[in-house]
Amino acid sequence: MGAVALEAGSRARALAALRAVRPPLAIVADDEGLKPFETDAFIAHRETPMLAVLPETQAQVREIVLACRRLGVPVVSRGAGTGISGGAIPRSDGVLLVLTRMRRIVELDTRARVAHVEPGVRNLRVSEVAAPAGLFYAPDPSSQSVCSIGGNVAENSGGVHCLKYGLTTHNLLAVRAVDGDGDVIDTGSLALDAPGYDLLALVTGSEGNLGVITRVAVRLLPLPEATQTLLAAFSSVRAAAEAVGEIIGAGIVPAALEMMDRVVIEACERSMALGFPVDAEALLLVEVDGCAEEALAAAGAVRGILERCGAVEVRLAADALERERLWKSRKGAFTALAHILPDFYTIDGTIPRRCLPEILERVYALAAQYGLTVGNVFHAGDGNIHPCIFYDANAPGDLDRAEELGGRILEACVEAGGTITGEHGVGIEKLRQMCVQFSPAELSAFHAVKAAFDPDGILNPGKAVPTLRRCTEFGGLRVEGGRLPRPDIPRF
Amino acid sequence: MAEEFVSGLCERIRARAASGGGLRIRGGGTKDFYGGDFYGGATGAAEVLDMAGWTGIVAYEPRELVLTVRAGTPLGEVEAALAAERQMLPFEPPHFAPAAGPPPNASVGDATIGGTVATGLSGPRRPYAGAVRDFVLGTRIVNGKGEALAFGGRVIKNVAGYDVSRLMAGALGTLGVLTEISFKVLPLPAAETTLAFALSQAEAIDAANRWAGQPLPLSACAWHEGILRVRLSGAPPAVDAAKAKLGGDEDAAGERFWPDLRDQRLDFFAGESPLWRLAVPQTAAPLMPGHPQLLDWGGGVRWLRGPVDAFTVRSTVERVGGHATLFRGGDKSVGVFHPLPPALMKIHRRLKAAFDPAGILNPGRMYDF
Repeated sequence: MGAVALEAGSRARALAALRAVRPPLAIVADDEGLKPFETDAFIAHRETPMLAVLPETQAQVREIVLACRRLGVPVVSRGAGTGISGGAIPRSDGVLLVLTRMRRIVELDTRARVAHVEPGVRNLRVSEVAAPAGLFYAPDPSSQSVCSIGGNVAENSGGVHCLKYGLTTHNLLAVRAVDGDGDVIDTGSLALDAPGYDLLALVTGSEGNLGVITRVAVRLLPLPEATQTLLAAFSSVRAAAEAVGEIIGAGIVPAALEMMDRVVIEACERSMALGFPVDAEALLLVEVDGCAEEALAAAGAVRGILERCGAVEVRLAADALERERLWKSRKGAFTALAHILPDFYTIDGTIPRRCLPEILERVYALAAQYGLTVGNVFHAGDGNIHPCIFYDANAPGDLDRAEELGGRILEACVEAGGTITGEHGVGIEKLRQMCVQFSPAELSAFHAVKAAFDPDGILNPGKAVPTLRRCTEFGGLRVEGGRLPRPDIPRF
Repeated sequence: MAEEFVSGLCERIRARAASGGGLRIRGGGTKDFYGGDFYGGATGAAEVLDMAGWTGIVAYEPRELVLTVRAGTPLGEVEAALAAERQMLPFEPPHFAPAAGPPPNASVGDATIGGTVATGLSGPRRPYAGAVRDFVLGTRIVNGKGEALAFGGRVIKNVAGYDVSRLMAGALGTLGVLTEISFKVLPLPAAETTLAFALSQAEAIDAANRWAGQPLPLSACAWHEGILRVRLSGAPPAVDAAKAKLGGDEDAAGERFWPDLRDQRLDFFAGESPLWRLAVPQTAAPLMPGHPQLLDWGGGVRWLRGPVDAFTVRSTVERVGGHATLFRGGDKSVGVFHPLPPALMKIHRRLKAAFDPAGILNPGRMYDF
């Protein structure tokens, strides 16, 4: 009774403070209206925010942060809500700050190859407006037609072209944000570096913990003159993984290097009928770009390597239309997989590339142990695996088992010298595995970084970095499961 | 052995933190000139922390494009190991190694990889390939509390935790002593050539930006005394096609020009006159006419010589969104690095206080902390 009254009181106070924001702010306070904001794309978990606000200007964002700081109310920022680690899942005692109405492209400077955009601008939109000038924005997460730049910065999003073009952090010049004190901070600069510490590096990938992003200057690159795409079928995952190493060992840095395993191939075959050998265990999609002669020469070299590594079939796209068809399997993979079982859970671990065959074997073995099906479609060139675990949301305990299996796979990635997240972020999903990957002193350093930007801890508290207390609790669980992290392995 | 060295380092730092004396972190000593005047810390008793002995390549898998190396390893040794596999550090870091000779040169060796990361300096290839921080995958450090910490990793993609490993690039050792660094490396370009064009500064800035917006294999672009030099690097057909497209004269001396620019051995850099580094948007119009200048980074860096007024330089670059560093010589009391706005300085002080609460790591090297 007392707790309910307190909550109602703080909600009324927050509402009054936010209603005082000038110019007036769009506020969602009714249960019906808050429903769509309950979760992001980590749909297994949901929470109704106390209130949601949709600012249109930086000045409003600043006032919101100041008001929440004064009242001690947590602020969770959200863009398009496509994140799949739960970073934008609201708190019942917090304000959800929705940035989708800040979606102006403030300036497109084609001469300087820079787009100045507000956080709610969609990723793909940037490349669309830059295309007439022969430019593009390189990071292309699979959700690029809907996900927003602010969210991309918060998560340091990747995509299928990271090996050559890098992650979000490599494609930014400057980010403006409102920190936890309510101060507007400019990180990075329009020059190629900035004085002092590289705060841009910290803000990028900070999952809404260090500031609310209000403006981003993204770097635009010239569109490559020519692109060549090859698709190769292999009769073993090991042979395909070997080909990946051989291509890179030959001094070729492909624009994309993607792999799909048998489960995914069969799902794609069923829904798209691409006509690949049904006994193929792995498909490799390789894209090379550059000037016309360069791309053609690289494609020739790649074809030679694929054949030498035992590809049973190699297709080279003759034109853009065929290239699109080859990409269809990769881009449509997740949709095709949804036909197997409607619910699946995507994992995001990274490992040294040479460990690919072993880690995949381990994934299959763990899946068998848990009695769950796993399909693999991933960025082989980056060593970034995305096992998709299928479960039935209506079967009691299925989701719990899927999440536990996911956790085991991530711990295997750490054991192999890798990391628990390559591009999806920690959010709430991987808090537990953070305790496996980092020591208490390292986690304390992360908390200190957060405190430097947000001393009162009002920005997205509880996400991205676990408290030491939580790790102790997890640690207890871990011993129970007999899965202590091996202390002898360098956690690098 | 690794554990012994690092635990010894931790102990030494803990002891210094207790006594309050500053530690001047040093590798090869090639960049002793760079940064603010060191002061001794709380007790005024300075001590050099020599990292040059902590050498060795820990892991190098050419097919992974990943290299892990101890902080004291000479840069030349790292580059040689990479070159043997036809790979490179894409950010083309300067060595600033002096010619062998009598003291003081005798005490200065090759640059170390730790100093390379700590200073965060990148060479001519930077605008087209990326900076030091872009290729840092992971770092191991000992912070000012004497704790050994590891951030990032040895994999190309990693978003677990805040990106503290990139934060170390350019932090001048003020947040922690680097002990080990992992890099992403890239294949050496198969072909390389330099073209020269007779252009005014304004024309050169315009051409450099125009070309950077086209799919050309640019790897460097610098202007000095009426000549714009453009380096093309990549697959032979790409370099040939670009050469045909751009025209200009092939510069036979190009192969020497870029390392000389990188290491500041060109005549422009000689002498004692103060050297300012103006980092500005690449498209910025010519700045501060009348002062000798050399443009690198496709217009993104303007090197300027002469005893100019610090306030004038800094307000000039600020107007175009840049910042200015008193790179060599001059009166360091004006502040070597561009002053920060209060909201950013607040965060800097808090980070420094968290990583090095006793203020013993390179005090004064960056700002007044």
